[in-house]
Amino acid sequence: MLYCGEAVMKEKKSLKQDIILISAFVLIGLLILLFVFFTGQNGKSVEVSVDGKTVGLYDLNTDRKVEIQGLNGKNYLVIENGEAYMEKAECPDGLCVNMGKISRQGQSIICLPNKVVVKIVGDEAEESSDDIDIIVK
Amino acid sequence: MKKEKKGIKTKKIASYGIMIALALVFSYVESQIPAFFAVPGMKLGLTNVVVLLALYKMGNGSAMAINILRIVLVSAMFGGPSAMMYSLAGGLLSTVVMILLKKTDKFRIVTVSVAGGISHNIGQIIVAVIVLNTTGIAWYLLMLWFTGMVTGAVIGVLGAELVKRLPDKLF
Repeated sequence: MLYCGEAVMKEKKSLKQDIILISAFVLIGLLILLFVFFTGQNGKSVEVSVDGKTVGLYDLNTDRKVEIQGLNGKNYLVIENGEAYMEKAECPDGLCVNMGKISRQGQSIICLPNKVVVKIVGDEAEESSDDIDIIVK
Repeated sequence: MKKEKKGIKTKKIASYGIMIALALVFSYVESQIPAFFAVPGMKLGLTNVVVLLALYKMGNGSAMAINILRIVLVSAMFGGPSAMMYSLAGGLLSTVVMILLKKTDKFRIVTVSVAGGISHNIGQIIVAVIVLNTTGIAWYLLMLWFTGMVTGAVIGVLGAELVKRLPDKLF
Protein backbone atom coordinates (compact mmCIF):
# COMPACT_ATOMS: atom_id res chain seq x y z
CA MET A 1 0.00 0.00 0.00
CA LEU A 2 3.01 2.16 0.55
CA TYR A 3 3.79 1.98 -3.10
CA CYS A 4 0.31 3.01 -4.08
CA GLY A 5 1.04 6.55 -5.11
CA GLU A 6 4.53 5.84 -6.27
CA ALA A 7 3.81 4.41 -9.67
CA VAL A 8 1.38 7.18 -10.46
CA MET A 9 3.80 9.84 -9.31
CA LYS A 10 6.50 8.25 -11.39
CA GLU A 11 4.76 8.92 -14.64
CA LYS A 12 4.19 12.53 -13.73
CA LYS A 13 7.89 13.21 -13.43
CA SER A 14 9.47 15.66 -15.75
CA LEU A 15 10.86 14.10 -18.85
CA LYS A 16 14.08 16.04 -18.65
CA GLN A 17 16.23 13.52 -16.82
CA ASP A 18 14.97 10.68 -18.96
CA ILE A 19 15.80 12.55 -22.12
CA ILE A 20 19.27 13.35 -20.83
CA LEU A 21 19.98 9.73 -19.94
CA ILE A 22 18.58 8.33 -23.17
CA SER A 23 20.55 10.90 -25.17
CA ALA A 24 23.67 9.83 -23.31
CA PHE A 25 22.97 6.23 -24.29
CA VAL A 26 22.46 7.19 -27.91
CA LEU A 27 25.63 9.27 -27.83
CA ILE A 28 27.73 6.43 -26.43
CA GLY A 29 26.23 4.15 -29.05
CA LEU A 30 27.20 6.60 -31.78
CA LEU A 31 30.73 6.80 -30.36
CA ILE A 32 30.99 3.03 -30.60
CA LEU A 33 29.65 3.29 -34.14
CA LEU A 34 32.30 5.88 -35.04
CA PHE A 35 34.97 3.74 -33.44
CA VAL A 36 33.89 0.70 -35.40
CA PHE A 37 33.59 2.74 -38.58
CA PHE A 38 37.00 4.39 -38.41
CA THR A 39 38.94 1.41 -37.19
CA GLY A 40 37.10 -0.80 -39.62
CA GLN A 41 39.29 -0.93 -42.70
CA ASN A 42 38.81 -3.96 -44.83
CA GLY A 43 40.78 -6.76 -43.30
CA LYS A 44 43.44 -8.84 -44.88
CA SER A 45 43.07 -12.19 -43.26
CA VAL A 46 40.63 -14.39 -41.44
CA GLU A 47 41.73 -15.67 -38.10
CA VAL A 48 40.01 -18.73 -36.75
CA SER A 49 40.28 -19.68 -33.12
CA VAL A 50 38.73 -22.43 -31.06
CA ASP A 51 38.53 -22.13 -27.32
CA GLY A 52 40.82 -19.10 -27.41
CA LYS A 53 43.57 -20.82 -29.38
CA THR A 54 44.26 -19.70 -32.91
CA VAL A 55 43.91 -22.66 -35.21
CA GLY A 56 44.20 -20.99 -38.58
CA LEU A 57 44.91 -17.83 -40.48
CA TYR A 58 43.55 -17.54 -44.02
CA ASP A 59 43.87 -14.92 -46.71
CA LEU A 60 40.58 -13.07 -47.07
CA ASN A 61 41.06 -12.62 -50.80
CA THR A 62 41.51 -16.26 -51.61
CA ASP A 63 38.24 -18.11 -51.99
CA ARG A 64 38.12 -21.29 -49.99
CA LYS A 65 36.12 -23.37 -47.59
CA VAL A 66 37.35 -24.20 -44.14
CA GLU A 67 36.14 -26.92 -41.86
CA ILE A 68 36.59 -25.97 -38.25
CA GLN A 69 36.54 -28.57 -35.52
CA GLY A 70 34.81 -26.82 -32.65
CA LEU A 71 34.44 -28.07 -29.11
CA ASN A 72 31.04 -29.65 -29.64
CA GLY A 73 30.79 -29.92 -33.40
CA LYS A 74 32.02 -28.68 -36.72
CA ASN A 75 31.62 -25.27 -38.28
CA TYR A 76 31.90 -24.72 -41.98
CA LEU A 77 33.42 -21.39 -42.91
CA VAL A 78 33.36 -19.98 -46.41
CA ILE A 79 35.70 -17.28 -47.63
CA GLU A 80 34.46 -15.76 -50.85
CA ASN A 81 34.98 -12.47 -52.67
CA GLY A 82 36.78 -10.90 -49.75
CA GLU A 83 34.04 -11.86 -47.32
CA ALA A 84 33.79 -14.61 -44.79
CA TYR A 85 30.67 -16.29 -43.53
CA MET A 86 29.59 -19.39 -41.72
CA GLU A 87 27.83 -21.69 -44.13
CA LYS A 88 26.83 -24.44 -41.76
CA ALA A 89 27.35 -25.23 -38.13
CA GLU A 90 26.76 -28.19 -35.92
CA CYS A 91 25.42 -26.32 -32.99
CA PRO A 92 21.95 -26.16 -31.44
CA ASP A 93 21.13 -22.57 -32.27
CA GLY A 94 22.99 -21.92 -35.51
CA LEU A 95 23.30 -18.28 -34.57
CA CYS A 96 26.69 -17.95 -36.22
CA VAL A 97 25.15 -18.80 -39.59
CA ASN A 98 22.74 -15.92 -39.11
CA MET A 99 25.54 -13.50 -38.31
CA GLY A 100 26.02 -12.92 -42.00
CA LYS A 101 29.09 -11.93 -43.93
CA ILE A 102 32.05 -10.14 -42.44
CA SER A 103 34.85 -8.37 -44.20
CA ARG A 104 36.02 -5.47 -42.07
CA GLN A 105 38.81 -5.55 -39.58
CA GLY A 106 37.60 -6.35 -36.12
CA GLN A 107 34.34 -7.93 -37.23
CA SER A 108 33.81 -11.41 -36.00
CA ILE A 109 31.54 -14.39 -36.13
CA ILE A 110 31.18 -16.10 -32.83
CA CYS A 111 29.77 -19.54 -32.23
CA LEU A 112 29.38 -19.89 -28.52
CA PRO A 113 28.46 -23.58 -28.24
CA ASN A 114 31.54 -24.62 -30.18
CA LYS A 115 33.68 -21.79 -28.83
CA VAL A 116 34.65 -20.86 -32.35
CA VAL A 117 35.62 -17.29 -33.12
CA VAL A 118 36.19 -16.19 -36.68
CA LYS A 119 37.77 -12.78 -36.79
CA ILE A 120 38.87 -10.47 -39.55
CA VAL A 121 42.34 -9.17 -38.86
CA GLY A 122 44.43 -6.56 -40.58
CA ASP A 123 47.90 -6.55 -41.99
CA GLU A 124 49.78 -7.02 -38.79
CA ALA A 125 48.75 -10.47 -37.79
CA GLU A 126 47.82 -9.83 -34.21
CA GLU A 127 50.09 -11.54 -31.81
CA SER A 128 47.69 -13.73 -29.93
CA SER A 129 50.40 -15.15 -27.75
CA ASP A 130 48.59 -14.48 -24.53
CA ASP A 131 47.66 -17.93 -23.39
CA ILE A 132 44.46 -18.65 -21.60
CA ASP A 133 44.74 -18.88 -17.88
CA ILE A 134 41.62 -20.74 -17.00
CA ILE A 135 38.31 -21.49 -18.60
CA VAL A 136 35.66 -21.31 -15.97
CA LYS A 137 32.85 -23.73 -16.45
CA MET B 1 -0.77 -9.40 14.88
CA LYS B 2 1.10 -12.63 14.61
CA LYS B 3 -1.56 -14.11 12.45
CA GLU B 4 -1.52 -11.17 10.12
CA LYS B 5 2.21 -11.36 9.77
CA LYS B 6 1.96 -14.97 8.82
CA GLY B 7 -0.67 -14.11 6.25
CA ILE B 8 1.58 -11.56 4.67
CA LYS B 9 4.40 -14.05 4.53
CA THR B 10 2.26 -16.65 2.84
CA LYS B 11 1.10 -14.09 0.36
CA LYS B 12 4.67 -13.12 -0.34
CA ILE B 13 5.67 -16.71 -0.99
CA ALA B 14 2.73 -17.09 -3.32
CA SER B 15 3.53 -13.96 -5.27
CA TYR B 16 7.18 -14.97 -5.56
CA GLY B 17 6.02 -18.27 -6.95
CA ILE B 18 3.70 -16.65 -9.44
CA MET B 19 6.35 -14.22 -10.63
CA ILE B 20 8.99 -16.91 -11.05
CA ALA B 21 6.52 -19.14 -12.86
CA LEU B 22 5.64 -16.28 -15.16
CA ALA B 23 9.31 -15.58 -15.82
CA LEU B 24 9.88 -19.26 -16.60
CA VAL B 25 7.04 -19.30 -19.08
CA PHE B 26 8.35 -16.18 -20.78
CA SER B 27 11.83 -17.66 -20.93
CA TYR B 28 10.48 -20.82 -22.47
CA VAL B 29 8.35 -18.97 -25.02
CA GLU B 30 11.33 -16.89 -25.97
CA SER B 31 13.60 -19.89 -26.33
CA GLN B 32 11.10 -21.36 -28.78
CA ILE B 33 11.22 -18.35 -31.06
CA PRO B 34 13.80 -19.04 -33.73
CA ALA B 35 16.56 -16.52 -34.02
CA PHE B 36 14.87 -14.25 -36.48
CA PHE B 37 16.84 -11.30 -35.26
CA ALA B 38 19.90 -10.53 -37.31
CA VAL B 39 22.12 -10.18 -34.30
CA PRO B 40 22.93 -13.24 -32.25
CA GLY B 41 22.32 -12.85 -28.58
CA MET B 42 19.58 -10.39 -29.33
CA LYS B 43 16.43 -11.26 -27.51
CA LEU B 44 13.30 -9.42 -26.74
CA GLY B 45 13.83 -10.10 -23.07
CA LEU B 46 10.20 -10.76 -22.24
CA THR B 47 11.20 -11.95 -18.79
CA ASN B 48 12.37 -8.48 -18.04
CA VAL B 49 8.72 -7.49 -17.83
CA VAL B 50 8.48 -9.70 -14.77
CA VAL B 51 11.64 -8.22 -13.29
CA LEU B 52 10.31 -4.71 -13.88
CA LEU B 53 7.03 -5.62 -12.24
CA ALA B 54 8.81 -7.13 -9.26
CA LEU B 55 11.08 -4.12 -9.02
CA TYR B 56 8.26 -1.61 -8.91
CA LYS B 57 5.63 -3.62 -7.10
CA MET B 58 7.58 -5.82 -4.73
CA GLY B 59 10.86 -4.06 -4.15
CA ASN B 60 14.53 -4.27 -5.02
CA GLY B 61 15.41 -7.43 -3.14
CA SER B 62 12.46 -9.31 -4.57
CA ALA B 63 13.36 -8.33 -8.10
CA MET B 64 16.91 -9.56 -7.60
CA ALA B 65 15.82 -12.80 -5.95
CA ILE B 66 13.23 -13.57 -8.61
CA ASN B 67 15.70 -12.88 -11.38
CA ILE B 68 18.44 -15.07 -9.92
CA LEU B 69 16.04 -17.95 -9.23
CA ARG B 70 14.61 -17.59 -12.72
CA ILE B 71 18.04 -17.73 -14.36
CA VAL B 72 19.15 -20.75 -12.35
CA LEU B 73 15.93 -22.62 -13.09
CA VAL B 74 15.85 -21.76 -16.78
CA SER B 75 19.49 -22.70 -17.23
CA ALA B 76 18.93 -25.98 -15.45
CA MET B 77 15.95 -26.80 -17.64
CA PHE B 78 16.76 -25.45 -21.09
CA GLY B 79 20.36 -24.34 -21.07
CA GLY B 80 23.60 -25.44 -19.60
CA PRO B 81 26.40 -24.14 -17.41
CA SER B 82 27.74 -21.84 -20.12
CA ALA B 83 24.30 -20.44 -20.89
CA MET B 84 23.85 -19.86 -17.18
CA MET B 85 27.07 -17.87 -17.01
CA TYR B 86 25.93 -15.53 -19.74
CA SER B 87 22.44 -15.18 -18.34
CA LEU B 88 23.70 -14.55 -14.83
CA ALA B 89 26.15 -11.89 -15.92
CA GLY B 90 23.54 -10.13 -18.02
CA GLY B 91 20.73 -10.60 -15.53
CA LEU B 92 22.67 -9.49 -12.48
CA LEU B 93 24.22 -6.46 -14.14
CA SER B 94 20.92 -5.27 -15.59
CA THR B 95 19.06 -5.78 -12.31
CA VAL B 96 21.70 -3.89 -10.36
CA VAL B 97 21.65 -1.04 -12.87
CA MET B 98 17.87 -0.89 -12.81
CA ILE B 99 17.75 -0.93 -9.01
CA LEU B 100 20.27 1.90 -8.83
CA LEU B 101 18.43 3.98 -11.41
CA LYS B 102 15.12 3.36 -9.72
CA LYS B 103 16.62 4.40 -6.39
CA THR B 104 17.55 7.82 -7.77
CA ASP B 105 13.82 8.22 -8.29
CA LYS B 106 14.41 10.45 -11.25
CA PHE B 107 13.66 8.23 -14.18
CA ARG B 108 10.63 6.74 -15.80
CA ILE B 109 10.17 3.01 -15.99
CA VAL B 110 10.87 3.05 -19.72
CA THR B 111 14.23 4.72 -19.20
CA VAL B 112 15.13 2.32 -16.43
CA SER B 113 14.23 -0.55 -18.73
CA VAL B 114 16.36 0.83 -21.56
CA ALA B 115 19.34 1.03 -19.21
CA GLY B 116 18.54 -2.50 -18.12
CA GLY B 117 18.43 -3.74 -21.70
CA ILE B 118 21.80 -2.22 -22.53
CA SER B 119 23.50 -3.41 -19.36
CA HIS B 120 22.12 -6.91 -19.86
CA ASN B 121 23.91 -7.10 -23.18
CA ILE B 122 27.06 -5.51 -21.79
CA GLY B 123 27.16 -8.15 -19.07
CA GLN B 124 26.98 -10.88 -21.65
CA ILE B 125 29.70 -9.28 -23.75
CA ILE B 126 31.97 -9.07 -20.73
CA VAL B 127 31.56 -12.81 -20.19
CA ALA B 128 32.14 -13.45 -23.90
CA VAL B 129 35.37 -11.47 -23.76
CA ILE B 130 36.55 -13.49 -20.77
CA VAL B 131 35.42 -16.91 -21.96
CA LEU B 132 36.40 -16.61 -25.59
CA ASN B 133 39.55 -14.66 -24.85
CA THR B 134 38.90 -12.27 -27.66
CA THR B 135 38.74 -8.53 -27.86
CA GLY B 136 37.48 -8.31 -31.43
CA ILE B 137 33.95 -7.62 -30.35
CA ALA B 138 33.58 -3.91 -31.11
CA TRP B 139 31.15 -4.71 -33.89
CA TYR B 140 29.18 -7.02 -31.71
CA LEU B 141 29.13 -4.44 -28.93
CA LEU B 142 27.74 -1.85 -31.33
CA MET B 143 24.93 -4.11 -32.46
CA LEU B 144 24.01 -5.25 -28.98
CA TRP B 145 24.16 -1.72 -27.64
CA PHE B 146 21.45 -0.53 -29.98
CA THR B 147 19.35 -3.67 -29.91
CA GLY B 148 19.52 -3.48 -26.12
CA MET B 149 18.13 0.03 -26.28
CA VAL B 150 15.30 -0.93 -28.61
CA THR B 151 14.24 -4.07 -26.79
CA GLY B 152 14.63 -2.28 -23.46
CA ALA B 153 12.29 0.44 -24.68
CA VAL B 154 9.68 -2.05 -25.94
CA ILE B 155 9.77 -3.99 -22.69
CA GLY B 156 9.79 -0.75 -20.72
CA VAL B 157 6.60 0.51 -22.34
CA LEU B 158 4.95 -2.82 -21.68
CA GLY B 159 6.25 -2.95 -18.11
CA ALA B 160 5.22 0.61 -17.33
CA GLU B 161 1.67 -0.09 -18.49
CA LEU B 162 1.50 -3.20 -16.33
CA VAL B 163 2.89 -1.39 -13.30
CA LYS B 164 0.31 1.31 -13.82
CA ARG B 165 -2.64 -1.01 -14.34
CA LEU B 166 -2.03 -3.91 -11.99
CA PRO B 167 -3.31 -3.21 -8.49
CA ASP B 168 -0.72 -3.14 -5.72
CA LYS B 169 -2.92 -5.45 -3.69
CA LEU B 170 -2.01 -8.21 -6.06
CA PHE B 171 1.52 -8.45 -4.73
